[in-house]
Amino acid sequence: MNHFDVFGLERRLRIDLELLQRRFHELSRRHHPDFHQGAAPAEQAQALETSALVNAAYRTLRDPIARVDYLVRLEEGRETREGATVKPTAPPALLQEMFEIQEALQEAKAGGLGASDREALAAQRERLLVRSRDEEARLTGPLSEAWDNGAPDEHARLLGELKEGLATLAYLKTAIDDLGAVLDGDQETHVTHRRH
Amino acid sequence: MSRIVGIDLGTTNSLVAYLDDKTGLPRVIPDQDGKVLLPSIVSFTPAGVLVGEAARRQLVRRPETTVYSVKRFMGRGYEDVKEELCYFPFRVCPADGIVRLQVGDREVTPPEVSAIVLRVLKERAEVHFGEPVDRAVITVPAYFNDSQRQATKDAGRIAGLDVARIVNEPTAASLAYGLQRLEHGVIAVYDLGGGTFDISILKVKDGIFEVLATSGNTHLGGDDFDRAVVLWLLEDIRERHGVYLGGDREAMQELRLAAEAAKVRLSSTERTTLTIPFADFTYHREIGRGDLEKLIESLVAKTLGPCRLALADAGLRPSDIDEIVLVGGSTRVPLVRRRVQALFGKTPHSQLNPDEVVALGAAVQAHILAGGITHMLLLDVTPLSLGIETLGGIVSVLIPRNTTIPTSARELFTTSVDGQRVVDLHVVQGERELAKDCRSLARFELSGIDPMPAGMPKIEVTFLIDANGILQAQARELRTGKVAAIEVKPTYGLSEADVERMVEESFAYAEADVATRLLIEMRNEADTVLTHVERALRQGRDLVGPEERARIEAAVGALREARQGEDRDRIRELTSELNRVTEPLAERLMDAALKRALSTRRAAEILEGP
Repeated sequence: MNHFDVFGLERRLRIDLELLQRRFHELSRRHHPDFHQGAAPAEQAQALETSALVNAAYRTLRDPIARVDYLVRLEEGRETREGATVKPTAPPALLQEMFEIQEALQEAKAGGLGASDREALAAQRERLLVRSRDEEARLTGPLSEAWDNGAPDEHARLLGELKEGLATLAYLKTAIDDLGAVLDGDQETHVTHRRH
Repeated sequence: MSRIVGIDLGTTNSLVAYLDDKTGLPRVIPDQDGKVLLPSIVSFTPAGVLVGEAARRQLVRRPETTVYSVKRFMGRGYEDVKEELCYFPFRVCPADGIVRLQVGDREVTPPEVSAIVLRVLKERAEVHFGEPVDRAVITVPAYFNDSQRQATKDAGRIAGLDVARIVNEPTAASLAYGLQRLEHGVIAVYDLGGGTFDISILKVKDGIFEVLATSGNTHLGGDDFDRAVVLWLLEDIRERHGVYLGGDREAMQELRLAAEAAKVRLSSTERTTLTIPFADFTYHREIGRGDLEKLIESLVAKTLGPCRLALADAGLRPSDIDEIVLVGGSTRVPLVRRRVQALFGKTPHSQLNPDEVVALGAAVQAHILAGGITHMLLLDVTPLSLGIETLGGIVSVLIPRNTTIPTSARELFTTSVDGQRVVDLHVVQGERELAKDCRSLARFELSGIDPMPAGMPKIEVTFLIDANGILQAQARELRTGKVAAIEVKPTYGLSEADVERMVEESFAYAEADVATRLLIEMRNEADTVLTHVERALRQGRDLVGPEERARIEAAVGALREARQGEDRDRIRELTSELNRVTEPLAERLMDAALKRALSTRRAAEILEGP
């Protein structure tokens, strides 16, 4: 049973979040271990397992990016998490750009961070944050819509675009985190983009 | 299904509550003197173990064997706590694994000390219901890691309690509030207790309490406020009296108690005075609320970071919060309230007693588990990311923080050498990239793998975090379908055998402890009667003849002597004997007092006129 099946939803990228939450609550009321305390051990274990599955499915589907990521894995037949996943491919231009950012970071770290370096890196981070948000919007908006409405013969191409979008986001996030680590010191402030 | 009680096992105080079937509301259970809060203090004396108020009175007399704030040590290692040990008068053995306290010639672990507190609450509930109580929901700080939760569960078992659920304190508090006014909206629970801080953000809808995010600090609370005041007092005493009391365990304990009391008073008054009589001098000092606020300002500020992180994890802004609930005794401090209000831009509320609300919520959760409430459901999260150490000491996260529990993750492992039959896994908890910076939870050993070329076996390990926030693991070899043996070596925990042994020992201690407590209570009663009789003899000097006086004095002498001994029945006998011989005197005293009252009233009536 995949995550969409858990909630009785079609395998689509744009879903009714209200409906998702309602079904999540219904299933939680039915399967949560709290309501099976007096049951036989086997039933308790079953409730625990079902409840864990429902929670994992809800967590994945309510987040539009995690939803895209999950759907791609589902389409490629890699449902379960694996140790060595196939690395997503990003556009070569992006890779070149990321490489330059890492180089600039290394230099800045080696030479000590002057005020102007700091300013340049902060500006760089701002630009990347904007791009990251734009990419997210493209992925969860037009691209998701295209996938849901796409004809079967377009699926391979669209899947490629979704994967490229995910890879771009991952690279941008790494660069933003690395910039953050240098700019904010060792604080644990990697809270850049998460949502419910 | 048997009754389940709710227990708040606090750093400073502990309490037990249940859900009253008649009213449908949770209620705390008082002790025989009507007191609800049991100080979480255990004193190991030559005569036996004392708990609560009786143990508190030993803090200054027996600083080395009176254990308080043991919650700060639960599920922790020596390395974790060694820096703050200088603030505690009792000794901690420098050993690997969990913290071990040296009290006299006995070595005890934090779960055993907590179990002693839990047992008193269990007995209190049993007296209240007139029947055995053996199931409980116990609360822990939301930010407690796996080891700290497991240690709490162990404590319950050692106390003879089946722990039906470990519940997070802030979420328990939200249940207590939710039961009374079921509302829809987003709540932030700010919980600052004696030793720990938690922030939890929940969405409440149709009876479902869904935690969106939680954060905190398991080493930040009222104890740290007291410590800041003590350090300041130490300097002040050095300046004014030329002595440094830092190394004096008894003096430090006096200072700590005085600092705590002053802090509490400063929540309701602007200024207060501390007076501490030491052997060579009496320390006298006035302290204002502003002085206290200067000392604790940076500590209070440390709670705001986790608040912001929880908001970010929940994807919310401060203005999205509909209500802020304050929990924990330290939220009575005005500075704390001001800072919380400034952060969220709203007045926090605290209609329910912040000392009791967690226990009340635990009772609600207990009732849900017992099947008594079906419209409410709590969906909590795991506070810390769970991962495994991979090549190069890097953490691979399997379950991210703030994932709704129960939750599970599967991971495939294989061998790296031909014919390898055992695979070791290191499971950690935390948000850092390197395993060494995270909390080591356990080392798992997968054994019984059939010999195969390297990389051939496919072992699937399922990590499951249950509704208690505690990790369970299962392993399976995919080719053969064989369940692999998995041995868990907790890094900071008790082994199954340790717990079994402690459960057995606790039964032996339990009997001795009950006997000791009864003896002490009997002595206290004797003391009360002795004090009364002395006062009666003074007041009734003219009402007692020499023969009667001799009889009374003989009874007093006999009781005083018996009181020194251990024979509880003899003390009881002589106490009632003394009561009996002084009865006529007591009656005469009462008569005299009555006559005096009447005559003064008559005089007053005459003076006032008709």
